[in-house]
Amino acid sequence: MTDASTYGMVAEFDDPTALVEAARRIKQEGYRHLEAYTPYPIEDLHEIIHVNNRVPLICLIGGLLGAATAWSMEYYIAAIDYPINVGGRPLYSWPAFIPILFELTVLFAGCFCFFGTLALCGFPRPHFPLFSLPQFAEATSSRMFLCIDKADPIYDSELTAKFLNELGPIGVWEVHDE
Amino acid sequence: MTVEERAPIEERQRHADRGLDPNNPLRVVAPSTTFETVSEQISSIVLTRKVPLFWWCAFGFGVFLLIWFIIAITWLLAKGVGIWGIEIPNAWGFAITNFVWWIGIGHAGTLISAFLLLLRQTWRNSINRFAEAMTIFAVMCAGMFPLFHLGRAWIFYWILPYPNTMTAQPNFRSPLVWDVFAVSTYFTISLLFWYLGMVPDLATLRDRATSRFKKGVYGIMSFGWRGASHHWKYHQSACLLLAGLATPLVLSVHTVVSFDFTIAILPGWHSTIFPPYFVAGAIYSGFAMVLALCIPIRAVYGLHNLITVRHLNNCAKLMLATGLVLAYTYAIEPFTSWYGGSEFELALVHNRAVGPQAWAYWLVILLNVVIPQALWFYKVRTRPVPLFLVSCVVLVGMWVERYMIIVVSLGRDFLPSSWANFVATFWDNATLYGSVGLFITLFMLFVRYLPMISMAEVRELLPFSRPGGGTEK
Repeated sequence: MTDASTYGMVAEFDDPTALVEAARRIKQEGYRHLEAYTPYPIEDLHEIIHVNNRVPLICLIGGLLGAATAWSMEYYIAAIDYPINVGGRPLYSWPAFIPILFELTVLFAGCFCFFGTLALCGFPRPHFPLFSLPQFAEATSSRMFLCIDKADPIYDSELTAKFLNELGPIGVWEVHDE
Repeated sequence: MTVEERAPIEERQRHADRGLDPNNPLRVVAPSTTFETVSEQISSIVLTRKVPLFWWCAFGFGVFLLIWFIIAITWLLAKGVGIWGIEIPNAWGFAITNFVWWIGIGHAGTLISAFLLLLRQTWRNSINRFAEAMTIFAVMCAGMFPLFHLGRAWIFYWILPYPNTMTAQPNFRSPLVWDVFAVSTYFTISLLFWYLGMVPDLATLRDRATSRFKKGVYGIMSFGWRGASHHWKYHQSACLLLAGLATPLVLSVHTVVSFDFTIAILPGWHSTIFPPYFVAGAIYSGFAMVLALCIPIRAVYGLHNLITVRHLNNCAKLMLATGLVLAYTYAIEPFTSWYGGSEFELALVHNRAVGPQAWAYWLVILLNVVIPQALWFYKVRTRPVPLFLVSCVVLVGMWVERYMIIVVSLGRDFLPSSWANFVATFWDNATLYGSVGLFITLFMLFVRYLPMISMAEVRELLPFSRPGGGTEK
């Protein structure tokens, strides 16, 4: 029975071929709230479960911000705040500013990339409904799981379970968020 | 592109990496490895297996040297840098020699983890984790030396730009200021890259841990990773981007380190060849350190199926290649001195070869150029014991090279009246060997408590990891 505590329906696989085939069948059947859990990245899954990857954009913003920070800091300090006159040489000696400009660009881009990835993944998130399924501990070692979310418009406890069982899984379980 | 549209398996295998062929003697992963055995083999080292005697011996040795390091630094802070052999003109002595040596060692770790990732070299997958750990610990050791060499280490932050009551600011035209930014950025990016790559493996440890305490600790460290496909997408994308950032970074760091020298007008330092010369030397010593670490660890923990002969062979080849670049710069240095005709430069060449510290020069030639030629032989490259010995020789040789560049050049500047020979004191040696202790201690803690081989990345190399057969990469 579907009740308020239900999270979704999970199918376990031990073979990437069966997993990808099952994921495609589920999509063809009309399910939309599908997620796969695998112990290593499987590129074919990204063709079935589409992800709007914003990591590169976040990284680019970080890099531009780093470059702007470095340049304005160097310009302000070297030319305005603490000018050092060495025989009348230009205060805005930009070629000498390049190494720090580069380093801060990389530093900001890297930090944005790292923390942006964590934020996009919703980390840290120590608790997740699927963790209550004992078999799910294998998802980080050798087994693969497909999960259809209860929020899916055509989700039905009995029909979905029956359909998933046809896809050749090791087992099918309904997971409750406790 | 869907699965059907991909090339058939035979076609794919023909273009695939020869290292993934299980029949190839130089394969990346041994044939009997499966998802389960990889997870069990690596996580059991941390979670269940009895800690080997080797670990206790190495850790004990590391801690013994680390205690010396702490004593040496305490004495240094109490008495000042005068306890070292440094004086004018030899103001840099061991401290900067050690700094350049350590930071160079770190570079091979980034090269393996970042540069080879961009080049899709599958053999990097099983050694990148501990090569990257080596980078982080080496940079930590490196950072100590310029810090304590300042004399008054507790006001090191004066070199950073911040609003202060002295109304003074750093000079951004100085390579020493560039160095602060370069090394701290390098450390930060290496740490983030290393940690991000480790998150899925920490989740594996969390799920395989038996005690509640370990589950909790690895659970917090892995942020709640669960291997969702969109997480993998972000993770892969972020790793690739960090690799793309770290690759030019690693070149920039040692280039900036070499600028510390070349921007001075001292004979032996003032040379445009220094950036590539330093980078090649850095990678050379770094690969030597990777081999010196992975050969004993592979034997002790029985990792021959994951760190195969192919890994040893490839690292040895890269060592040979960078060593030859280094040999070329050794040859070109006296040539440019002769061709340039500067009497000071010529005097430097003469002083290096027959001066009071000529032993350093000839030792460098012997250790960095002559002995490593053994790597031309397949039997040396693929046998652990000779390869380990050559790696140790190169590590010592690279330290002596940094010593030669710094000490021999500084001792002989333009005015003979200011010439002096550097003599290392007991405390110089205590800090050098002590820093080795810091490195060994940190590395042994890493081996004991963290997954030293990337399980997720090794799984991708297994022959059944790709849907429809074949490997994921």
